[in-house]
Amino acid sequence: MGKQGGDSTSLINSQGLRLDGRRFDELRPVSIEVGVLKNADGSAYIQFGKNKIMAAVYGPKEVHPKHSALADRSLLRCRYHMSPFSTEERKNPAPSRREIEISKVIREALEPALILEDYPRTAIDVFVEVLQSDGGSRCAGINAASVALADAGINMRDLVCACAAGKIAGQIVLDIDDTEDKEGQADLPIAIMPTSNRVTLFQLDGQLSNEEFSKAFNLALEGCKSLYQMQREALIRKYFGKDGNEAGEQ
Amino acid sequence: MQDIRRKYVIPGEVVARGNLRAEANVIRRGDKIISTRVGMAEIGHDVVRVVPLSGPYIPRIDDLVVGKVIDYSAFAWEVDINSCFFGILPAQSVFGRDYSPARDSLTEKLAIGDIIATKVIAFDRTRDPLLSISGPGLGRIPRGQVIRISPAKVPRLIGKKGSMIRAIENGCGCRLLVGQNGVVVIVGSAEGMLKAVQAVNLVEEEAHSVDLLEKVEKLMGTTSSLKEESKSSISPSQIKDELEPDESSTSVAKPNDSIKSIGTSTLPDTDVYGNQT
Repeated sequence: MGKQGGDSTSLINSQGLRLDGRRFDELRPVSIEVGVLKNADGSAYIQFGKNKIMAAVYGPKEVHPKHSALADRSLLRCRYHMSPFSTEERKNPAPSRREIEISKVIREALEPALILEDYPRTAIDVFVEVLQSDGGSRCAGINAASVALADAGINMRDLVCACAAGKIAGQIVLDIDDTEDKEGQADLPIAIMPTSNRVTLFQLDGQLSNEEFSKAFNLALEGCKSLYQMQREALIRKYFGKDGNEAGEQ
Repeated sequence: MQDIRRKYVIPGEVVARGNLRAEANVIRRGDKIISTRVGMAEIGHDVVRVVPLSGPYIPRIDDLVVGKVIDYSAFAWEVDINSCFFGILPAQSVFGRDYSPARDSLTEKLAIGDIIATKVIAFDRTRDPLLSISGPGLGRIPRGQVIRISPAKVPRLIGKKGSMIRAIENGCGCRLLVGQNGVVVIVGSAEGMLKAVQAVNLVEEEAHSVDLLEKVEKLMGTTSSLKEESKSSISPSQIKDELEPDESSTSVAKPNDSIKSIGTSTLPDTDVYGNQT
């Protein structure tokens, strides 16, 4: 899926604004809500621009089938799935090659943040269900899943926050949406653990020069940091109510 | 007590720096101490811990838990204790040292589906938790209503030195057995039990509110005048009778004091909230 960079001039207008009116370093509007599903052990709902994604966590619980249990740590299983109604044309609900791959990268993005050794011989299931999709659903899904894991009360070294940067119309921009992804020249989704400053997801679709790359990477890092603040606020709102912010330290 | 600093934290957040002992739900990275859970951090002058606000039940030694027998083999019962680990209750600890699978039948003592009050006697996360039913207040629970709450909210339901349990018990004339695993058994009259369930649900829903005890007392007082009645009409001896099983052979009687003392003594977390109320 190499980026061709089709009609690139129209992606950024003469004022330097993008198709949806954002500046080059602006995120789409994000809202996160924690604990929205009663039956799951932990859950979160994220709206990331036009993306609407539900994340649910079950576990730790006993593993079925039993032979897949690990003796020294918990088994993290992850499913990224797009609902049939999440796209413009009906999507076949059977997991596609793309969804299987994204499930794997989301699992690998979350795994370093979890202290799986605390729950040997158990399984933790993470479901990321895309209800409405726009570009960057893997990043949005990781943000929601990480908050849902914290909501489930699973021991974590850190949260995980994710954001993409990319290149459209020859310019490096933050948070690529669907049109920009299709028409643009490069897409660089990353996920980091914000307090320990480690990268847990790193993908690049398209071509960037060294200089462009560092610019895009740093921009995406800034995006991740803003997402961390939103994740933090969402968790504090759920658990400590509105007094949470001022009563941070007593 | 005075020099404990409290602070809301989320996973990955730096709770404190320096040479402090990391006690619970925290990890050390360099000189930073980092929370692994959403909760209330307590920073003393030499210790740091986080009291989590959500999460599964992880067994701890000496915890009183309420479980359900789900299976048995020739040597042990398997007990669902509302955790990701199943409890193992060895037959020897019930029948005694000279237990012989050829002679004794496990189902004589406990059958599948029985609810038991039990204590965790060994657990290190690499082996399933080992349970015991020998002790005051432990054993099969013949009747009552079982409800589940989030294990993280158990300290709130017990209250400081058992104050919350006492308020609910007095308010509806029931006995409450609160397992550390979030399983609660309510024994009493039908109306009393209904009311107790309401009260327990209130505690779970509003666990964060500061005037929780008042709210519970209000619920107890306003829904009916049972509060006054029950205080006068139920004497400790009556309660003991109620808890005594009909078939006296199997289960250990539960004098209400032992329930409470077990509940509170295993609870270092209780006074976390105490200062707020």
